[in-house]
Amino acid sequence: MREKKEKKRKREVNKEFARVTYAFVALFLVLMCYIGYFNVVKSADIIRSPYNPRLDSMADRVVRGTILDSEGNVLAQTETAQDGTEYRSYPYGSLFAHVVGYVGQGNAGLESTENFELLTSNAFFLEKLRNEFQDRKNQGDTVVTTLDTGLQQAASSALGDHKGAVVILEPSTGKIRAMVSKPDFDPNTVSQNWENLSSDPQSSLLNRALQGQYAPGSTFKIVTALEYMREHGDYGNYTYTCDGSISAGGVTIPCAGGQVHGTENLAESFAYSCNSSFCNIGLSLDLSSYRDTAGDLLFNKSLPGRDVSAAKSSFLLDGNASESDRMMTAMGQGQTQTSPYHMALLVSAIANGGNLMRPYLVEQVTNYAGAVVREVSPESYGNLMTSGEAAQLKEYMQDVTSYGTGSVFAGAGYSMAGKTGTAEYADGDSSRNHSWFVGFSNTDNPELAVCVIVEQSDGGLRAVDVAKEVMDSYYYNQ
Amino acid sequence: MVNIIVELSKYLIIILIIMYTYLCFAIFGYHDAERKQALLRRQNTFMFLFHLTAFLVLYLEKDDIRIAGLYLAQVLLFILTIFLYTKLYPRVSRLVVNNMCMLLCVGLVMLTRLDYGTAMKQFVFAAAGIALSLVVPVIIRRVKGLSRLKLLYAGAGMVSLAVVAVLGQVSYGARLGFSIGGVSIQPSELVKIIFVFFVAASLKESTQFKHVVITTVVAALHVLILVISTDLGAALIIFVVYLVMLYVATRQPLYMLAGLGAGSLASVAGYYLFGHVRTRVNVWRDPFATYDSGGYQVAQSLFAIGTGSWFGMGLCQGSPESIPVRDSDFIFSAIAEELGLVFALCLILIFVSCYIMFLNIAMQLHDQFYKLVALGLGTCYIFQVFLNIGGVIKFIPSTGVTLPLISYGGSSMLSTLIMFAIIQGLYILREDEEESIERRKKEQQKLRAQKRRRPAQEAAGKSVHDPAGEKRAQSAGKERKKEKAGSKQRVR
Repeated sequence: MREKKEKKRKREVNKEFARVTYAFVALFLVLMCYIGYFNVVKSADIIRSPYNPRLDSMADRVVRGTILDSEGNVLAQTETAQDGTEYRSYPYGSLFAHVVGYVGQGNAGLESTENFELLTSNAFFLEKLRNEFQDRKNQGDTVVTTLDTGLQQAASSALGDHKGAVVILEPSTGKIRAMVSKPDFDPNTVSQNWENLSSDPQSSLLNRALQGQYAPGSTFKIVTALEYMREHGDYGNYTYTCDGSISAGGVTIPCAGGQVHGTENLAESFAYSCNSSFCNIGLSLDLSSYRDTAGDLLFNKSLPGRDVSAAKSSFLLDGNASESDRMMTAMGQGQTQTSPYHMALLVSAIANGGNLMRPYLVEQVTNYAGAVVREVSPESYGNLMTSGEAAQLKEYMQDVTSYGTGSVFAGAGYSMAGKTGTAEYADGDSSRNHSWFVGFSNTDNPELAVCVIVEQSDGGLRAVDVAKEVMDSYYYNQ
Repeated sequence: MVNIIVELSKYLIIILIIMYTYLCFAIFGYHDAERKQALLRRQNTFMFLFHLTAFLVLYLEKDDIRIAGLYLAQVLLFILTIFLYTKLYPRVSRLVVNNMCMLLCVGLVMLTRLDYGTAMKQFVFAAAGIALSLVVPVIIRRVKGLSRLKLLYAGAGMVSLAVVAVLGQVSYGARLGFSIGGVSIQPSELVKIIFVFFVAASLKESTQFKHVVITTVVAALHVLILVISTDLGAALIIFVVYLVMLYVATRQPLYMLAGLGAGSLASVAGYYLFGHVRTRVNVWRDPFATYDSGGYQVAQSLFAIGTGSWFGMGLCQGSPESIPVRDSDFIFSAIAEELGLVFALCLILIFVSCYIMFLNIAMQLHDQFYKLVALGLGTCYIFQVFLNIGGVIKFIPSTGVTLPLISYGGSSMLSTLIMFAIIQGLYILREDEEESIERRKKEQQKLRAQKRRRPAQEAAGKSVHDPAGEKRAQSAGKERKKEKAGSKQRVR
């Protein structure tokens, strides 16, 4: 009886001590759960970082795995020379130079982002055990990409010797089907040619598709048109009379080729890519709302995409902008900078009813014998615009290819929606320009979204022709 | 072939630590002293097996005969520690001694793997620390009046911190200590102990509002000096220890809430006032974006932990060389990389088991001063563990504190061993008390039995007189009084 009382008294005295103990035990339980969560959920992405030096030492025990295209063609593999040394071979030479990348000299492309997968062996464990006993290396896993060698070849040959880039996506899934950047290089001989390559004035190592930063030219009129639609519910009633140029704030901006477009509505302004009309629109826009719309379309943001690292695009117009800045920006000149990859995402979202699927390059990781280790399924990144807005922009883009600046596609035998662009790269010299094209094929059920830039086209090879050649080859030579 | 041994040893080590850790908690479920002893001895077996396996792998991988020598020296140290503690102080908490040895053992294994020279130095620190710590329980037991030296504690603590703040050397962006003859001394490690004594003495004296305010001001000064000398980890530890002690002493959750509120405000202010605080927070948010401006430490730590995953790479199979400060602040990552997260989680549980034992001891003591000291020191230790592990795994911003008994460093090692020894000393005090209570109970029972017997005897033969029995009862009563007085003296 007394003992019980004593115990009760003690418990009363020590109430706070017990609470403190419970609190700290709980704190550590949370910490331990976090460690488990970190290992199960977060660590996979973290350890793949190129900053992780552990990956290189894994190569001592694993033969670097193979990289395949979506049909099983080998894009990169490890071979053993007669003297027993391993080397990396790229059967297609320079064709996939940027997207697949290279090993040595700091890895690049998929060779860098998939380093961990390629150096991890999920071979059958008995086989691994046998290798262990015989002191042999295990075979690393195989990375199966979403790339389509046919499309890649068509894009590369259409660009020819021009500098530039082509990005092709599947809007409904986000699969990256082709990614070409020119000038290119042969990844088989990167190490031998390293000195020339790294100091190359043409920067051939640069993946222009992801890292190139260009003025978007008239392709940016998509953004301007969307902003106008958002600000004016009655955008269908817009009219403007083009007399070949527009002047404001002491600056005169002419239409391309000195053309006079006459009276036109928004659809026609877009289809003919009328600079005067779009400068006129630009002068009327609410700048903070304009900036928001550009933000919705991923300007000034990290671009989504697994297995790729693309440069951020920038849209810098703010409240203090002069009239000339506003006009320039509305038609895609000025300080706005973007990458071909970004513009491909933008049209991909339009094609997919406003919803952007998160782009990806790796479809599957299998062990070297083909058993699936990890499979990537398409996932939505989010809506960049409403489906109504997407449908309207698609209509405008169809006008471009049926009677506007993209009319080479008229009667192509497949449907195409798009927008052309020319971006001046030397201030004030309109004859020196990059040529752009963005668009998507099979408009009723969009199949491929494409973005082409031809650097310094200067009125020569046009991006729209490159896109046409690629699409023709896709639809007729399959 | 060596690969196979390493691979198998990896799993053996994990099994051993799981069994060891299980016993850390299972022991609380047994009340039979002999059974307990058996379990505690079994714990030692698991520890020595782990130690042997780990060093076997280290020897095979490094092929350095000195490692065998270091191994034998360590075995000797552990045997001596366990032997001396249990022989000199039979009433010591054996579980705490075991855990102390286990933690030292894990630290020494990892340090030997990283660098023989560091491990050798750490071994010397450990041996010296243990030798010194063996005296501490005696002091605690013999020296009375520790609770009356409040002013001395406050003065000594603040002066040594202030001296470091003004004169100390900067290492890893924090002003932590001096270097005398090649040995760096970090006074903040020992100040933590003195601070706990100060707070315990002060709050034992009174918990009235006015008194609490004065104590709080002194505590705040400690924190402020530490923040200015950029030792954020120590500042945070002192802050939290104070709050916990204040809450328990005053039994006022309100103080705790007010303290947490003030602490949050102070952290926000600190974020805007001090560049080094901002850096830590930014690194915590995204160590990869800030890789070149300080994020690489945490980034490399995460790579190590993530690559090691549940079962680790195996001893000598990872690349902990790439982790900065791997032998000290980030040693947990090195352990997780090579021995695996299962091992690392067990390690956390061992730390927690120690803490539970410490608080258990605090609860069983009778004197408020000693209770608060045990609570404060225990909290000091466990919160430091939390800051360290939370920091390296990016659960919280990294504050640059060591992992007690595992990280390399003489000051940290010494202060932790002293903390453990003080709590052990308090445990012995408790056992003394218990014993005297037990004795008193027995005396009472005897008395009661005699009383019961006497009427029976009287009934049996009224004429029989037993003067000796009377005397016994009298002397027992006297003894009881003496015992009471004695225990009073000891407890108070």
